[in-house]
Amino acid sequence: METTIAPVNAKNPDFKNIPGWGIDADPKNDPTYPMKDRTDAEQTGYSWERPAQQPVNIEVLHSNERPNVSAVFGTASPPSGLSGQIRRYAFQYSESKFRHWLPLIVADRVNVVEGIVEDIRNGKIPNFFAEKGYKAMWKHNPKGLATNIAITVGVATLAYLWLSGGRNRSRD
Amino acid sequence: MLAMNYRGPQRVRIDHKPMPEILHPEDAIVRVTRSCICGSDLHLYNGNVPDTRVGTTFGHEFVGIVEEVGPEVHNVKVGDHVLVPFNIACGRCHFCQQGLYGNCHESNPEATAVGGIFGYSHTAGGYHGGQAEYVRVPYANFGPTVIPEGMDLDDAVMLTDVVPTAYQAAEMGGIQPGDTVVVFGAGPVGIMAARCSWLFGAGRVIIIDHVEYRLEFAKNYAHCEAYNFKEMDDVVLFLKKETDWMGADVVIDAVGAEAAGDAMQTITGRKMLLQAGSATALHWAINSVKKGGIVSIVGVYGPTGNLIPIGNVVNKGLTIRANQASVKKHLPRLIEHIQNGILNPKGLITHRVPLEEISDAYRIFSDKLDNCIKPVLIPPRAA
Ligand SMILES: [Zn+2]
Ligand SMILES: [Zn+2]
Repeated sequence: METTIAPVNAKNPDFKNIPGWGIDADPKNDPTYPMKDRTDAEQTGYSWERPAQQPVNIEVLHSNERPNVSAVFGTASPPSGLSGQIRRYAFQYSESKFRHWLPLIVADRVNVVEGIVEDIRNGKIPNFFAEKGYKAMWKHNPKGLATNIAITVGVATLAYLWLSGGRNRSRD
Repeated sequence: MLAMNYRGPQRVRIDHKPMPEILHPEDAIVRVTRSCICGSDLHLYNGNVPDTRVGTTFGHEFVGIVEEVGPEVHNVKVGDHVLVPFNIACGRCHFCQQGLYGNCHESNPEATAVGGIFGYSHTAGGYHGGQAEYVRVPYANFGPTVIPEGMDLDDAVMLTDVVPTAYQAAEMGGIQPGDTVVVFGAGPVGIMAARCSWLFGAGRVIIIDHVEYRLEFAKNYAHCEAYNFKEMDDVVLFLKKETDWMGADVVIDAVGAEAAGDAMQTITGRKMLLQAGSATALHWAINSVKKGGIVSIVGVYGPTGNLIPIGNVVNKGLTIRANQASVKKHLPRLIEHIQNGILNPKGLITHRVPLEEISDAYRIFSDKLDNCIKPVLIPPRAA
């Protein structure tokens, strides 16, 4: 079947009048390989004068594809708890392995639960409604919000039925 | 200070956090005056980027005023209003020497493929980002660039990622005068990439998306053709017909891991996280480009395996070019373009949100509500 589609607009016949047209056209930009700035240091590994090392006074997991920690690094959330243990495991494997990436994804999920526990321990009940931006959703997409809430309630109900059913069975 | 705090998939809030400190002699502390939420932040927001730890602050697009500098910082001084490239780059390693600032080897211990990025999970170095009142900026002699006199801060903040990424996408496409360029994805980067394609002499620019308001915006902003793939049976076939059955000379993939995709891609990529997001747009790009053509990828893909049609890349003799933008490399030219009125990046900003309302800002941007193209966050003490 022939598809007929109404374009949002037609071709621009006056493209050469578009501000800046061709201003950065460079006939040498083909083929488009980046030209490497070759020096004799090509094959000698870490040949550059390395910046000063940021003191490593927290636990920094580093890729096993490099021998060291980079000269600077972030200190956002050092590994901790069970998620931290999973992350340490993941970093035994190179970036080319699923055994590196999948545990990290699992650790992230575990970390979310740890975050809720941490909040409660600090006397803070997480405000899911606010954190999920549902106020904005209520304003701009109330139907979507209703669906989201219905799904959450549905899943919670099923989980409750399943768990309570399980408990009943075990009592029998 | 106030800072964004990631608590789990689609759960973020503003909390009080300790002030950042100088941890290295080349560090600076910057008081943020504008920061943006980026399309690629949504991959973090949705929990799709491995090693996104609870408690971190996102935000790799920000400008601000230098508040404090370490003993070895000479190129910026306290009081300078700077724009900070999203890549953290030392400026002297083997890769920085090649201008590959997105691939710096001295800013990210956790992974070797990508350099350090502000607020982009521990996979990109574990740095807190700029969706906060203050942020630590490493290698302050190299990255931060003083905002030229008279430049609008909204234009400046777009120079930290969106404009250089889009510009590099067009440049990597090796566009020759008269070429037909197809851009997948009408987010801020895709729209700007369509706009930049003209600068390299494109003869025809087509943008493809599935959200009508974004297509309408792209058409007006980038003077390009805009089509909705939801109205097509087969986007590749459509593009072949549109290009005299040859295919486009250049295809730019400006789509991310959240891309709408076919069922297999969605399940294995977005749901099961077994491949690096939905690679549907990449399939379309490879299959709709002309034989011998160039595919330029700036869309976000995670680190694990992708089910991509590499056989077609071989059979069609394609050149694939891809990278994180090396922001610093493009800044002089892009500043010139803004000053001469060739580019108007702030025109992409549709929403200005107080930093305190970040949860709602993420929701609006993520769900494409209220015709949002690009939101900018304003901290309480911005002025
Ligand atoms: Zn960005
Ligand atoms: Zn470097």
